[in-house]
Amino acid sequence: MTGHLLSLAIWLPVVAGMLVLATGNDRHANVARWLALAGALASFLVTLPLYTGFQSLHGGPQFEEMRPWIASLNINYHLGVDGLSMWFVLLNSFVTLMVVIAGWQVIQERVAQYMAAFLIMCGLINGAFAALDAMLFYVFFEAMLIPMYLIIGVWGGPRRVYAALKFFLYTLLGSLLTLVALIYLYQKAGGSFEIADFVRAELPLSAQALLLVAFFFAFAVKVPMWPVHTWLPDAHVEAPTGGSMVLAAITLKLGAYGFLRFALPILPDACREYAWLFIALSLVAVIYIGLVALVQTDMKKLVAYSSISHMGFVTLGLFMFAKGELNQYAVEGAIIQMISHGFVSAAMFYCIGVMYDRVHSRKIADYGGVANRMPIFAAFMVLFAMANSGLPGTSGFVGEFMVVLGAVQVNFWYAFAAATTLIFGAGYTLWMVKRVIFGEAGNAHVAELKDVSPREFLVLAVLAISVLGMGLYPRLFGDVLHESTNDLIRAAAVSKLPKNNLPLPGADAADLSDSPLPNKVKP
Amino acid sequence: MTMQTIYLLIPLAPLLGALIAGLFGWAISRRAAHVVTIAGVGISFLLSAYVLKTLLSGGDSFNGSVYTWLTVAGLEFNVGFLVDRLSAMMMCVVTFVSLMVHVYTIGYMHEDPGYARFFSYISLFTFSMLMLVMSNNFVQLFFGWEAVGLVSYLLIGFWFKRPTAIFANMKAFLINRVGDFGFLLGIGLVLAHFGSLDYAEVFKAAPSVQEATITLFPGHAWSLMTVTCVLLFIGAMGKSAQFPLHVWLPDSMEGPTPISALIHAATMVTAGIFMVARMSPLFELSDAALNFILVIGSITALFMGLLGIIQNDIKRVVAYSTLSQLGYMTVALGASAYQAGVFHLMTHAFFKALLFLAAGSVIMGLHHDQDIRNMGGLRKYMPITWITSLIGSLALIGTPFLSGFYSKDSIIEAVHFSKLPAAGFAYFAVMAGVFVTAFYSFRMYFLVFHGKERFGKASHHGDHTDEEEATDHHHGLTPGQKPHESPWVITLPLVLLAIPSVIIGAVEIEPMLFGDFFSDAILISGNHEAMAKLGEVFRLHGGVTGMGTHAFITLPFWLALAGVALAWFFYLKRPDIPSAIRKAAGPLYSLMENKYYMDHLYINGFAAAGRGIGVIFWKLGDTILIDGLLVNGSAKVVEFGAGLVRRIQTGYLYHYAFAMIVGAIILLSWWLGGILPALR
Repeated sequence: MTGHLLSLAIWLPVVAGMLVLATGNDRHANVARWLALAGALASFLVTLPLYTGFQSLHGGPQFEEMRPWIASLNINYHLGVDGLSMWFVLLNSFVTLMVVIAGWQVIQERVAQYMAAFLIMCGLINGAFAALDAMLFYVFFEAMLIPMYLIIGVWGGPRRVYAALKFFLYTLLGSLLTLVALIYLYQKAGGSFEIADFVRAELPLSAQALLLVAFFFAFAVKVPMWPVHTWLPDAHVEAPTGGSMVLAAITLKLGAYGFLRFALPILPDACREYAWLFIALSLVAVIYIGLVALVQTDMKKLVAYSSISHMGFVTLGLFMFAKGELNQYAVEGAIIQMISHGFVSAAMFYCIGVMYDRVHSRKIADYGGVANRMPIFAAFMVLFAMANSGLPGTSGFVGEFMVVLGAVQVNFWYAFAAATTLIFGAGYTLWMVKRVIFGEAGNAHVAELKDVSPREFLVLAVLAISVLGMGLYPRLFGDVLHESTNDLIRAAAVSKLPKNNLPLPGADAADLSDSPLPNKVKP
Repeated sequence: MTMQTIYLLIPLAPLLGALIAGLFGWAISRRAAHVVTIAGVGISFLLSAYVLKTLLSGGDSFNGSVYTWLTVAGLEFNVGFLVDRLSAMMMCVVTFVSLMVHVYTIGYMHEDPGYARFFSYISLFTFSMLMLVMSNNFVQLFFGWEAVGLVSYLLIGFWFKRPTAIFANMKAFLINRVGDFGFLLGIGLVLAHFGSLDYAEVFKAAPSVQEATITLFPGHAWSLMTVTCVLLFIGAMGKSAQFPLHVWLPDSMEGPTPISALIHAATMVTAGIFMVARMSPLFELSDAALNFILVIGSITALFMGLLGIIQNDIKRVVAYSTLSQLGYMTVALGASAYQAGVFHLMTHAFFKALLFLAAGSVIMGLHHDQDIRNMGGLRKYMPITWITSLIGSLALIGTPFLSGFYSKDSIIEAVHFSKLPAAGFAYFAVMAGVFVTAFYSFRMYFLVFHGKERFGKASHHGDHTDEEEATDHHHGLTPGQKPHESPWVITLPLVLLAIPSVIIGAVEIEPMLFGDFFSDAILISGNHEAMAKLGEVFRLHGGVTGMGTHAFITLPFWLALAGVALAWFFYLKRPDIPSAIRKAAGPLYSLMENKYYMDHLYINGFAAAGRGIGVIFWKLGDTILIDGLLVNGSAKVVEFGAGLVRRIQTGYLYHYAFAMIVGAIILLSWWLGGILPALR
C-alpha cells in the first residue's frame, strides 16, 4: 500500500467525489454530506503516512510512482514528493476536510455537487503537488480550475459570473503560455517531460528569459503577484466560504510552488538575472497592498488583499535564493510562510463566513460589538487576527521572521520594506477587529447573534491548534524542508548556460550543506 | 527538585493558571478563578525569590535551552533560559508586583462580569513577562516582547464596549509595532553580522565587530554597532514609551487600574530598559547610540513630566509621571550607568505600583470618579490609602533615605559624570525634572487628600444596573455620600508595596550599584567611567547613610522641596493662582493641553496619510489602471476585434465565396512568389 500512497491521495478524493455526485439531487443531501465527510476524512488520513514515513535526511522525491501514460510522447504518470511538496499535499487534504465540515449546514442547495466539487478539486491539487512529470503537472494544474470555476460560479454571490469568468480567464491565459514553455523544454530536454530532465537541460539566457516570462504569467497570476492580482479580491468576495478557504489556503500556493519547482531550478540564470524584478514586485505587494487592505470596507476583500501582501513574503523569500550566501533563511521562510498562510487565511475566511451566515453581510460597517453576543467566536477571531498580523507564538510570525532575517543579509532596505508589514499588517487587521468585534452591539442584527455551534467550534479549534502549534514548534514543519531546500538552492546555484557548467562565483555547492551562517564581518 | 525544574516552573505556573481561568472560566466559580491564578503567581514568586537567594549566596547562573524551536542553515533557534542575577531580580520584581496586583484585583474587579477573563489575562501577562526576562536569545526575547504587547492590548481594551478603550488598545499595539519594526531589523542585523541570536555568542562576537561598518546609503559608511544598537533601542522606545513613541501610554489608562499598575508602570514598560541593560555588551561599543539614548531619555524625562502638571485625571497624572521616570531610567542607560537604570526600575516598580493601586483605591472610594478636581480631604476617610500614597509620593520625588532617592540621585550623579556630548543636556533635564516631579506629585497629593472636600457634586444618576457599575463609568458620589476606605484585599497590597518603597533603596544600593550584583550580566567598557566615579563619591560620603545626609546640601533636594512647597502654595494656600497662570500662559498652555500635538501628528498626519495613500492605490491603481485599463481594457480590445470579425460573418454565400477567391489568390501568389524566383 505504501507504494501507492500518492495515487491514493489523488484518486481517493476524486472517487469519493464521484460517489457523492452519484447521490444526485438534494433529496439525499444528508447522505451526500456523510459520504463527503467520510471521503474527506479518509483522504486526509491516507496523507498522514507521507509525513510519518518521510525520510527527512533525504533530499530527492520520495514515495515515487512511475508508469507510462502516453508512451508515444514519453509522458509518464510519475509521482513523488520531496520536503517542499509533501506539506502541501497534507495541507490541501486537511483544508478540504475543514471545508466539508464548514459547509455542512450552510450549503442547502446542490449539496452533493458542492461537496463533490471540493473533493475532486482536492485530488486534482494533490496531483499537481505530487507530479514529477511536467505534463502531468500541467494537466492537474489546469484541471483544478474547473471545479473552482464551478464553485464560484454556482454557489457564489451576486456577481459570481463576472468573478468566475475573471478568475478563469486570468489564470487560463497565463497557463496557455506555460504549455508552450513546457513543450519547448520537452525538446530541449531530449524528448522528456521529466522535471528532473528539465533541470539538467542547457539553456541560453535568452531562452531562459522567455521561458521565465511564460512561467511568470502562469504562476504570478496564481500567487498572485502585483500587478496581476486584481482577480483575487473579486473571486474571494463572490466565492462561498469554502471556496475562499481553498482558494487562499491552497490554490495561491500552487503559483508559488510553480516558481520553486519550475522557475528556480530550470531557469536559474534568468531567475538570478531578473531576481531584482521579482523582489521589487514582492515588496510592492507588501507595501502597496498593505495600504490598500487598510482602506477596504468589505471584510473578505480586506483579507483577500492581506493574502496578497502575505504572499509577497513568499515570492520575496524565493527570489532571494541566490543572494546573501545562498539564502536558506529566505527560501525556507517562504515555504513556512506558505504553510502558515494556509492555516491563517483559511481561518480568517472561515471566521468571516461564520459571521456572514448569520448577518448576510460582509461589510465592516454592518457589524460592531460582535464580542458582546459571540464571546467564544471573538476569542478565536482575535487569535487569528493576531496570527494574521504575525504575532510570535502563532504560525504567522515564523515565515515572515525568517524572510526578514534572510533579507537583511541581502540588502538592508529589502528587509526594511518587508518589515513594514509589522505595522501595516497589524494596522489593517486590528482596525477591522476593532470595528467588527469590539464596541457596543452595532445594530439589531448583531444584538441577536448566537455564538458558535459545536461544529463551528470544532473547525475553529482545529485551526487554532494548528496556528498555535506551528507558532510554538515550527521545527515540526521546518526540519523536513532542509535537504530539499538545499537541493533546490544547489540546483539553482549552478549556471545552465551552454558550455558553462561551472558553479557561479561565491556559489560553491560543495560547502553549502549545513554550513553555519558565514560570518560576513569586514574587519 | 533540580534547579532546571524550578526555572521551568517559574513561567509555567502562571501560564497554567491563565489557561485554567481563561479556558474554563465559564465552568469554575469566581473564587476558583482567582485562587488558581494567585496560586500560580504565588508559586512563581516563591521560586523566583529562592532562585535569587541561591544566586546571591554564590550559586552559578544558568544558561541553557529548553527545546529547539527551529533550525535553519545549520543554526539552532532555541527556547532557553538565562538566569543570572539581573534576570532573577527582574523575576522577583515581576512576580511580586504581579502577586500584589492579583490580590488587589479581587477587590477592584469583584463586580465585573469578566472576572475570570481578567485573572486569566494578568496571569498570562506574568508568563509572557517572565519569558521575556528569562530569555537567553533574541527570538524568545521578541516572543515575550510581543506577547506582553498582546496582553497589554487585551487588557487596555478589557472593557471592549467603550469606544475610547478600543481605540487606545489599537493605538498602543500599533505604536508598539513601530518600535518593533526597528527591533526586528536590529535582530536581523545581529544575526547577519554576528552569526547567532544567542546572547552569549553575540556578546562574545561583539568586540570583533566593533570596527565594522555598514553602507546603508551609497557613500556613507556607518558603524555597524551604532546602526544595530539604535535599531534595537527603537524597540525599547516603543515598549518603554520614550519620545516620540510615548503617545500610547497615557491612553492606556483606559484599562482597569490594576493593569495600569502592573503593566503600564511596574513591569512591561520597563522591558525596554531591561533589554538595553541586558545588551550592555553591545551598547557599550557605540558612543553614538548612547548619545542618542541620552537625548531621547532626557526629552522624555523632562517634557513628559511637564505634561503631568496639567492633568486632572488621577491616573493620567501617574501615567505621565511614569513616562518621566522611564525617561530617567533611559538617561541612566545612556550614561552607561546600567546598574542605576535597573536599580531605578526596581524601586520605581514598587512605588509606582503603589501609587497606581492607591489611585485605584481612591477611584473606588469615590465611585469611579477619576477627576482630582472632584476630590480633596480624603485623608479623613481613607487613612491607609492616604498614608501609603504619601509614602509613594515621597519615594517618587526622591526624599532622602527612601528608595526613590537612592535610585534617582544615582542617575543624576551618573549623568553628571558622563563624558558624552549629550550628557550636558541630559543633566539639565534630569535636574529640572526633579522639581517638576515634586510639583506634579504633590499637586495631586494635596488635591486628593487635603484641602476642601469637593466630592459629592455628581448629579443624581438614576438606578444603574450592575453592568454599568462594572464597566467603571465615571460617575462619582452624590451629595451627602461619603467616601469609604477600601477592603483589605486592596489595602494589604498597598501596605506590602509601601514597605519596599521605603527600604529597598537603602538596602540594595550598595550591592546593586557598587557591589558585584550585576557583575555577571552588565558589562561596562573602560572609557565610560560614570559608574566607577559614582562608586568613589558614594564611598567618600560614607555609604548609605552618608549619601542620605549629604543629600540635604545638594541641589536635587532643594529643587524637590521647592516643588512640594510651590504645590502646597498653589493648590492649598492660593488655589486662584493656577487658573490665573493658565489664562496668562494661553498658547503655551494649549500646547501642553494638546500634549505637544503629538496625537494630532499621528492621527491626522501618519494614519490619515496611510489611509489616503491606500485609497489612491486602490481606486487609481487597482480599479482604474490595472482593472480598468489592462484587464477590462484588453477584454474590450478582444470584444472590439470580435465585433469587427463578426461583421465579416454575414451569412451570405457570395461573401464567403468572394473571401475564398481572395484567399486563394493570395495563397497562390505567395506560393508562386516562393517558387518563381527559384525557377528563374
